[in-house]
Amino acid sequence: MADSAVHNAHAHPPGFAHQFETMDQQRESATMGMWVFLVTEILFFGGLFGSYIVYRALYHDSFEIGSNLLNIKFGAVNTIVLIGSSLTMALAIHAAQAGKKAREQMMWLLLTILLGAIFLALKFTFEWTADYHEHLIPGFGFVVRPEWGAAGPHVPIFFCFYFFMTGLHATHMIVGIPILFVMTWMASRNKFNADYNAPLENTGLYWHFVDIVWIFLFPLLYLVGGRWGTH
Amino acid sequence: MSTATLDIHAHDAPLPSGERKNYLNVDHSVKSWLLTYDHKRIAILYLISITLMFFVGGLFAVLMRVHLIEPQGFLVAPENYNKLFTMHGVIMVFSFLVPSIPATLGNFLVPMMIGARDLAFPKLNLMSWYIYVIGAAFTLYSVISGGVDTGWTFYTPYSSSFAHTQVVPTAIGVFITGFSSILTGLNFIVTIHKMRAPGLNWFRLPLFIWAMYATSVIFILGTPVIAVTMFLLGLERLLHIGIFDPAIGGDPILFQHLFWFYSHPAVYIMILPGMGVMSELITAFSRKRIFGYTFVAFSSLAIAVISFLVWGHHMFVTGQSVYAGLIFSVLSFLVAIPSAIKVFNWTATLYKGSISYEAPMLYALGFIGLFTMGGLTGLFLASLATDVHLNGTYFIVAHFHYIMVGGAVMAYLGGLHFWWPKITGRLYPDAWARFAALVIFVGFNLTFFPQFVLGYLGMPRRYAVYPLEFQTLNVMSSAGASILGIGYLIPLIYLIWSFKYGPSAGPNPWGAKGLEWTTPSPPPTENFPTIPVVTEQAYDYAQTTGMVEHG
Amino acid sequence: MSGHVVPVKTYLLIFFALMILTIATTGAAFVDMGIWNTPVALAIATAKMILVVLFFMHAKYTHGLTQVVILCGFFFLALLVAFTLADELTRHWGPQPHAWSAILLLARGVF
Repeated sequence: MADSAVHNAHAHPPGFAHQFETMDQQRESATMGMWVFLVTEILFFGGLFGSYIVYRALYHDSFEIGSNLLNIKFGAVNTIVLIGSSLTMALAIHAAQAGKKAREQMMWLLLTILLGAIFLALKFTFEWTADYHEHLIPGFGFVVRPEWGAAGPHVPIFFCFYFFMTGLHATHMIVGIPILFVMTWMASRNKFNADYNAPLENTGLYWHFVDIVWIFLFPLLYLVGGRWGTH
Repeated sequence: MSTATLDIHAHDAPLPSGERKNYLNVDHSVKSWLLTYDHKRIAILYLISITLMFFVGGLFAVLMRVHLIEPQGFLVAPENYNKLFTMHGVIMVFSFLVPSIPATLGNFLVPMMIGARDLAFPKLNLMSWYIYVIGAAFTLYSVISGGVDTGWTFYTPYSSSFAHTQVVPTAIGVFITGFSSILTGLNFIVTIHKMRAPGLNWFRLPLFIWAMYATSVIFILGTPVIAVTMFLLGLERLLHIGIFDPAIGGDPILFQHLFWFYSHPAVYIMILPGMGVMSELITAFSRKRIFGYTFVAFSSLAIAVISFLVWGHHMFVTGQSVYAGLIFSVLSFLVAIPSAIKVFNWTATLYKGSISYEAPMLYALGFIGLFTMGGLTGLFLASLATDVHLNGTYFIVAHFHYIMVGGAVMAYLGGLHFWWPKITGRLYPDAWARFAALVIFVGFNLTFFPQFVLGYLGMPRRYAVYPLEFQTLNVMSSAGASILGIGYLIPLIYLIWSFKYGPSAGPNPWGAKGLEWTTPSPPPTENFPTIPVVTEQAYDYAQTTGMVEHG
Repeated sequence: MSGHVVPVKTYLLIFFALMILTIATTGAAFVDMGIWNTPVALAIATAKMILVVLFFMHAKYTHGLTQVVILCGFFFLALLVAFTLADELTRHWGPQPHAWSAILLLARGVF
């Protein structure tokens, strides 16, 4: 594109984009861009979280009933799995920043993918399947149980939120995993080192954000209350 | 970083034809346009698609105004009339007004005004255009497959549970188009923060950049909420159950909260860029520094922030609590203040300026008057007691059209005319341009002023029929609409004509200040062979009267 | 960011802290703390978020502007929630109270 003398005088590292003047400017811009994108994600999930807060305030009893029907064991295990995947993601970036070999970077990335896949497997094949069989999926044969009493008719709203929010969260993970595969491929081509690892860093930001969403989903959906006296 | 003095022609090797190489002629292939990363070419791609959508949306307006010539309506059945105003609103808001100035003038000018070679993320920029096209395609699909009749506001439970029209494709179209605008906003924010030329601190920036920045903040914070709202609406329609469903305790008003949390700031997305254009036009054509630069700059940010605090004023009569209404009413009065500050500052800039009345200035002057009228009428609507009577009437329709059309569209046309020589390297015929501006001004007022009266007299909006006593005013409005339509066609014709046959423009036909005017017209692909160093304030016009040069 | 490499030990420590907090919040769900269950759960979640943001996402080591950007996101979300609640929770309030008692009613409505 540009053939000006200024650019010929610089020796830019691979991956340098010519709308920028320096590598630092490029890296800072990419990071800032990713954070701005994450703000949009805060507001995107935020619409759901905000609506959840409204209905929880209006129908607290129904939310408690719904929450107690969720499998807290799977929820807790999944929380640990996902936080673990954030650790492995951070270690993958660390490996690149510390100039470690591609194999080590790839190992951490593949571990991240594996943990993410485990999360999704637990959610879809265990939790959601069980919910379907127990008639707890709104729009798919939901049954209001008499033992729920007066709060019963509003319990479907809780489950709407459960499936919409965990579904949207899972969608973000399903989008993230191919991106992680691409990062693994790039790492295998020795693209990442101490000087250039912005795509890895920014993928990490995305992945950590998805983890944070779950960190809030877990208490809001699984821990609404009323479990005292149970195990 | 380079500090060499700017030498415009050093790196422009001429083409075999002898023409200087610029971003337009550097490659004529279709592939080079559809796969371009050049922000200037992407701006042109947007210009073409947005213009197309404008005329599609305008077509619906024409059909409505023709229908309303008769009190019983003679053109379409009432169910189809509902589709007309819905499609008009959806297309004009999401496919035209929201992207209009940012994606065309913004894309073209932001890098140039800050002395950069391109935006921070050129590939994201191209992707945003393709996403826009896909979103527009969904919207057009819903038009041709039966249309939507819920109003552009998609209120539940009609849209979620009862409508039999193409709500889901339209919601998908809105969702996708919104994502396109998020990417544009993201690009602008990072670019303005990170890629300003040396010496160009924030308070030397053109006010157009401040306006683009403030608009981008709204893009980022607001658009995701309408995205999730459309997502929820789609789910509820498809699953027949959801969080707005009253049968399970859902609150339809919650939909309105989520919808308007974006859609009110969205109207500021639609006007802020126009205000940015205004600061450029007023200074250039009065050849004067802007009065109160800091006030105008900060008022853009204030508008962006306060715009998020007022959305409930759309819901005064739909079932929102009176107490929330009180809060929103007070805040709505507050949001008028920064807008008023801008109008005062533009007017003060004009005072003792060396004013010339080229077409861009005519649009700018029209904006000042019409935007002010639209804005002031907003205060009647912010006031709970009067809104009870005016809500749902043509007063609202007139109010927002004065701002959106009398304001935003006129600013868009003014900006298009002002920067046309830079974008195309051609001059358009100014006599025709001034004539068209006047036709548009007259047609606009004839269309929409009667609607203020109609609303005051009680004619409801979104109705396919009306009482006989309103016919005169309706016919006036429809007559005005036909004049306005012709007025819009005239620039379409001469601007396209000028692209091939207009006289060549020099680098700076208006004698205006700003980095974009230091480049050749049209600029080379890389904008600046060497990044300029900025030492001047913005709008550094000599205080004494100067002659305007024409290319 | 600019060149700062966070040591592995820090990551492991943060992970360990996150595990403790996860166990804590799960365990707390089985203890009746009255109206404090929700604030405790949210406080723990917030603490976990802060750890992830500061250390895993390197916000501790980046430009102040990044921090402003993040805070903006949360601030505007808070506005959405606050103003929507201001409507939803006050729909069924009785006839206009006197100005001085409005404050008492507001307090009662929130708690």
